[in-house]
Amino acid sequence: MSALLEVSGVSVSFDGFKAINNLSFSIGSAELRAIIGPNGAGKTTFMDIITGKTRPDEGRVVWGDLSRSLLDMSEAKIAQAGIGRKFQKPTVFEDQTVEENLVMALKNKRGPFSALFYKRSADDMTRVGELAEEINLSDRLRFKAGELSHGQKQWLEIGMLLAQDPQLLLVDEPAAGMTPSEREHTTALLVEAAKTCAVVVVEHDMEFVRRLNCRVTVLHEGAVLTEGSLDHVTSNQEVIDVYLGR
Amino acid sequence: MQKSFVMRNPSTLVFLAALAMFTILVTVLAEGSGAGVISTSFVKTLGKTLCLALAAVAMDLVWGYAGILSLGHFAFFGLGGYMIGMWLMYERTRGIVEASLAEAQIPPTAQEVVDAIGNQIFGVVGSSEFPIVWSFSDSLAIQLALVVLVPGALAAVFGWLAFRSRVTGVYLSILTQAMTLALALHLFQNDSGLRGNNGLSGLQNLPGMTHVPQATISIWFFWGSALALGLGYLFASWIVFGKFGSVIRGIRDDEARVRFLGYPVETYKLFLFTVTAMIAGIAGALYYPQAGIVNPAEVAPIASIYLAVWVAIGGRGRLYGAVIGAIFVSLVSSWFTGGQVPDVNLGFYTIKWVDWWLIVLGLSFVAVTLFAPKGIGGLVDLWADRKSPDRHGADLGPSEGSLQEKEAVE
Ligand SMILES: Nc1ncnc2c1ncn2[C@@H]1O[C@H](COP(=O)(O)OP(=O)(O)OP(=O)(O)O)[C@@H](O)[C@H]1O
Ligand SMILES: [Mg+2]
Repeated sequence: MSALLEVSGVSVSFDGFKAINNLSFSIGSAELRAIIGPNGAGKTTFMDIITGKTRPDEGRVVWGDLSRSLLDMSEAKIAQAGIGRKFQKPTVFEDQTVEENLVMALKNKRGPFSALFYKRSADDMTRVGELAEEINLSDRLRFKAGELSHGQKQWLEIGMLLAQDPQLLLVDEPAAGMTPSEREHTTALLVEAAKTCAVVVVEHDMEFVRRLNCRVTVLHEGAVLTEGSLDHVTSNQEVIDVYLGR
Repeated sequence: MQKSFVMRNPSTLVFLAALAMFTILVTVLAEGSGAGVISTSFVKTLGKTLCLALAAVAMDLVWGYAGILSLGHFAFFGLGGYMIGMWLMYERTRGIVEASLAEAQIPPTAQEVVDAIGNQIFGVVGSSEFPIVWSFSDSLAIQLALVVLVPGALAAVFGWLAFRSRVTGVYLSILTQAMTLALALHLFQNDSGLRGNNGLSGLQNLPGMTHVPQATISIWFFWGSALALGLGYLFASWIVFGKFGSVIRGIRDDEARVRFLGYPVETYKLFLFTVTAMIAGIAGALYYPQAGIVNPAEVAPIASIYLAVWVAIGGRGRLYGAVIGAIFVSLVSSWFTGGQVPDVNLGFYTIKWVDWWLIVLGLSFVAVTLFAPKGIGGLVDLWADRKSPDRHGADLGPSEGSLQEKEAVE
């Protein structure tokens, strides 16, 4: 099986501090993967590298069937290639309605002229309706995103990711600040999404990770400590020492 | 099928209707059309004010909607004025020169006419040669094209350099200001080819229209300004109420997020910066024939700062706010600085508004920024009761914005 994303030997340092240290990682299409690790392990930085926000000092990041290198592509180009990202802190456009947020994210041409002459087609609006249904925001379409609760914003952001119709979803701490029932719905969303695209979830909450029921990668000090089923990694003595035991 | 964007956004219709009514009213009352209630000079003031409002709409697009605080848009405005001014000055001088040479016994050669025009125009800067920038000054069509092309090209080159290097925020503002200053200093020089600090003058006289009184010409320009503002406003509404508007507001609020959605942020900024520079150029080309003169002082950075102040006071991020700000502040400003406001004698000190006006304006700017960030346009919200939802109770979750007590019990 050829990998969808292949990261190999990547290192990044900030002012001499190695945030990512010779990290290798790969994920296949339609695979769900959880990443756990202590604060400062480099989980967010890892996503920064894939999405083009941070350029690594060394290493390779190869994407898709054509094995294109992501390292010389702009953030926008990487997103267009099919990698969507949800940030640790929910970032939706608060001044715009839920509908506007979703329409902006829909997979359409991204250039300024396409946006100027864009007309909301029936297909697009049906898709927006479906997405709203999925993220439990059908009755909030006309509300400004800023009026949503924290959990709803997280969902909206996930909805925007799905709207992009990506091949790989990078999701940073989706359940932070959610009520237990909201968490459950979020799990369902991610598991559903993973049926059609690869999903990488960073999460601290072990219960949440358990419900995802997928392969787990443990990051520590910028490198992969171990990888395997949740039970496998949680019984690893090193993992207990650096992460779980604290 | 979607309703047209004008129908979905009644504020555009209301604005256009108000502008049309204002135009008719001024026309009926103007000196030029017989009623004589409004003097010709005041018609010109009103026409100029509409041009300033158009520049403010451009500024609002680029600052209020896309968050790019440009301190260079008045430079584009001035450049538009220079471009049309060159033709006006050339053609009018040609008329005068030809009339005077017609008396001569030997008919002048074409070269002699051109030389005489050059002498007339550039005598003040001790030259008589036409600089290259005047190459097309005898062609109205080309100079009209240059009204948009020159500001557009300058903005495109500058924007390409600045946005490509991801210069944002205060640094971008400083860069645009530096560009404006450099342009003004260049124009101040006699060998810039645009008559140094004399600028271009006599622009109120339309070539070939010497028989038409200024009272009438002033109305034509007033109409032209109103039309330009109307079309510019319509264009701006079309831009901001569609998906493009959504994207640029996104860029204003969270540029990185827009990038991760796959939008080429720099291209959007460059496009908007260039288009608004062109709009400012058109506004300037209509303004200066009504002002009669354009000189480098008009292009100085302070003018662009005023533009930002108008938009802030009117309410940025809403198009009518920009128009209200420009009209209100520039009219009040000319009232104060024109010496029409009586001085206040405090006994120990006399407040002369001519000197104090800038301080009043500065304080209002600070006050608006601090206490009424929505500006004058915010009053419309009060009236339309467009309040943001009032959320009560403490946040339930660990971070701000989580479910709140009241919402949870619902
Ligand atoms: N732009 C930056 N400049 C300097 N240091 C940085 C930068 N970004 C990240 N770091 C450092 O790199 C390390 C890894 O940070 P990162 O945000 O990737 O951790 P994380 O695993 O996401 O942690 P958390 O669980 O708290 O979100 C941290 O020590 C952080 O301080
Ligand atoms: Mg993180």
